[in-house]
Amino acid sequence: MKILVAVKRVVDYAVKVRVRPDLTGVETANVKMSMNPFCEIAVEEALRLREAGAAAEVVAATIGPAQSADTLRTALAMGADRAVHVLHNPDPARPLLPLAVAKILRAVALRENPGLVILGKQAIDDDCNQTGQMLAGLLNWPQGTFASKVILDKEKAIVEREVDGGIETICLDLPAVITTDLRLNQPRYATLPNIMKAKSKVIKKVTPEDLNVDIRSDMEVVQVTEPPKRKAGVILSSVDDLLDKLKNEAHVL
Amino acid sequence: MARRAAAGLLRRLGPLAGELQARGMSPTHYGTTNHGFSRFYLLQVAHIQRNPAYSVLNSDDVSYFKIVLGESSVVQDEDRVAVANVDWMGKYKGSSQLLLLPKSTTEVSKILSYCNSRRLAVVPQGGNTGLVGGSVPVHDEVIISLGGMNNIISFDNVNGILTCEAGCVLENLSSFVENKGFIMPLDLGAKGSCHIGGNISTNAGGLRFIRYGSLHGNVLGLEVVLADGTVLDMLTTLRKDNTGYDLKHLFIGSEGSLGVVTKAAILTPAKLPSTNVAFLSCNDYMSCQKLLLAAKRNLGEIVSAFEFMDRHCIDLAMKYLEGVQNPLPASPYSFYVLIETTGSDESYDKAKLEAFLLRSMEDGLVADGVIAQDISQASNFWRVREGISEASVKVGAVYKYDLSIPVEKLYDIVEEIRSRVGGMGEVLGYGHLGDGNLHLNIVSNKYSDKILAQIEPFVYEWTSNQRGSISAEHGLGLMKAEKIHYSKSSEAVQLMGSIKNPYCSWKRSYGAELIEPSLWLVPIQRRL
Repeated sequence: MKILVAVKRVVDYAVKVRVRPDLTGVETANVKMSMNPFCEIAVEEALRLREAGAAAEVVAATIGPAQSADTLRTALAMGADRAVHVLHNPDPARPLLPLAVAKILRAVALRENPGLVILGKQAIDDDCNQTGQMLAGLLNWPQGTFASKVILDKEKAIVEREVDGGIETICLDLPAVITTDLRLNQPRYATLPNIMKAKSKVIKKVTPEDLNVDIRSDMEVVQVTEPPKRKAGVILSSVDDLLDKLKNEAHVL
Repeated sequence: MARRAAAGLLRRLGPLAGELQARGMSPTHYGTTNHGFSRFYLLQVAHIQRNPAYSVLNSDDVSYFKIVLGESSVVQDEDRVAVANVDWMGKYKGSSQLLLLPKSTTEVSKILSYCNSRRLAVVPQGGNTGLVGGSVPVHDEVIISLGGMNNIISFDNVNGILTCEAGCVLENLSSFVENKGFIMPLDLGAKGSCHIGGNISTNAGGLRFIRYGSLHGNVLGLEVVLADGTVLDMLTTLRKDNTGYDLKHLFIGSEGSLGVVTKAAILTPAKLPSTNVAFLSCNDYMSCQKLLLAAKRNLGEIVSAFEFMDRHCIDLAMKYLEGVQNPLPASPYSFYVLIETTGSDESYDKAKLEAFLLRSMEDGLVADGVIAQDISQASNFWRVREGISEASVKVGAVYKYDLSIPVEKLYDIVEEIRSRVGGMGEVLGYGHLGDGNLHLNIVSNKYSDKILAQIEPFVYEWTSNQRGSISAEHGLGLMKAEKIHYSKSSEAVQLMGSIKNPYCSWKRSYGAELIEPSLWLVPIQRRL
């Protein structure tokens, strides 16, 4: 069985994000870009399933500009077997929305014919949390979202999900779509031998047109602004002052 | 790396001859042999006699400080003073009754001028993260904490010159300049607590040393208050200034023996956008050395750190640090190396580092390795390296040595000490290989004279024989003040004494018999 994993190149989790002066989006020039952390977890899970003998091949896919190939190289260096790069140059005013991404991934999935698609539950840049669900809907496959444990059993996938008040266990018929939650696994590091091997692995380049996918969106980003700055606190000298402030300024007493 | 001596600012100079005689030593054979005066571990400092030449604090003194500083800056509360009395390792403890929190240079000047006239001993304190007992009182010195002087005064955006007060926490300065597109020229594990004034007074080294050099190069100007309260304004922001002696250098790394640093102007390098970190393993120490040489040749312009640690360090870090993942769990290796590169072009730098590492692996210098794919992985690698010091403290007792040794001999001392200590403790060797700086730690459940006898004076004699330094970046403090002669000739120590003497004006009027100008020793300044 083949596992398809979607990975996204985003502003690194540890970078303090800044809004561009023209308010069209966040600054990405000269900013460290890395694989979306939830996608790392997705790659790791696919590799573990392959290593456990439940899958034969792991294919990583991404959508983005030429630099997104770095993110695919990371997936390959972690151990993915090959990769598909759907080339798309982003337009800040018209970002690629989850529906368009899901349509592209659907087209990739129909070509690759995987038994399982694993995605991160969301990307840390747009926080949409929609792509996996939309992809399952478009493919008409069952979905296991926010997975905290995945077991493959022949034609079925058993997925545990952390829900309010406990763990929900669901059973999906394959092929299926799974999105990963934070506690599913701890992704591995890219070792030197694997980085070396990754250099000879194949990245296939296609365009949305090749896949016959219309990625025009009917949504436009009007403005991106920073959250309001938190006002500096004050240090009070006595409990009486505090009571006074709570009563007369905050009106909570 | 380590929590670096950050806090030991200034101590007032004190009489010296009486001290030596009290220990039955004559100043003449100082600087020739070891006097076995090494057992001030773990609160055992009380046997250093309090020098009667210093006055005892009285209520008039406290009233005076309250008038000058205001009530809230004069702390007598036992709990708060107790915290300032002990170093972070719990190894050195004083019995001061008073903690002062000046908010300006003028206040520092008034305090010192008063203490000078009253002959009250003082100990300046920064973040109190020092490793050699330089930041806490020995007896009942008045503690002057610079924590209240934490304002950033200005930042020159064109030249990257930061001017700030001495009590600024290094990490706060780092985030301030990073917002402006620059970085601090130094970085160390204690950055969240240590003060820039303490960094300067101890000439802290740290992780960026290999790239940006020492604070002697990066500090452009200083404002210092001398022991008698004189404010010495050397706070210029010039790169070049050849007019007379460059006095600021005397205060960088003098551990407060000459004055209290109150303000500093620091040259900050531009922040480069691309950082890559690799965590590698080597089968033997020879490979680490070859790798260092190869890195200098092939990655020279982008290397920003070259750190090494032995297997014992990794084992300890994995055991005692929470949430730390071994980057190379597959099999245990003898040595580990962390290489960081910083440059201006992400893809170029990464390709260069990868090509270098793959070649090193083919050449057999590197046994295995991982390259961080994002910043959190890079932080995890650094966490292992930076957490060694923290982990070693959790074992119970730790004997720390910070040595400069020629790189080819650097690991020999670790093996020698390991065989001397035997089963009594675990011996860790790690440090800044690129700078020839070894951190030798011996950890055990509790401090014992038996272990210490196996380490000292051997470690100092051995280092001295290699013409190394017994304190590469931690300073002398209380721990190694007596050991200066292992690294400096008696002529040099004498000259230091003669430089130090004029800075302490009260001694001149107080009587020549108390002055021993031939020594420059930090704890002695604090001795009461």
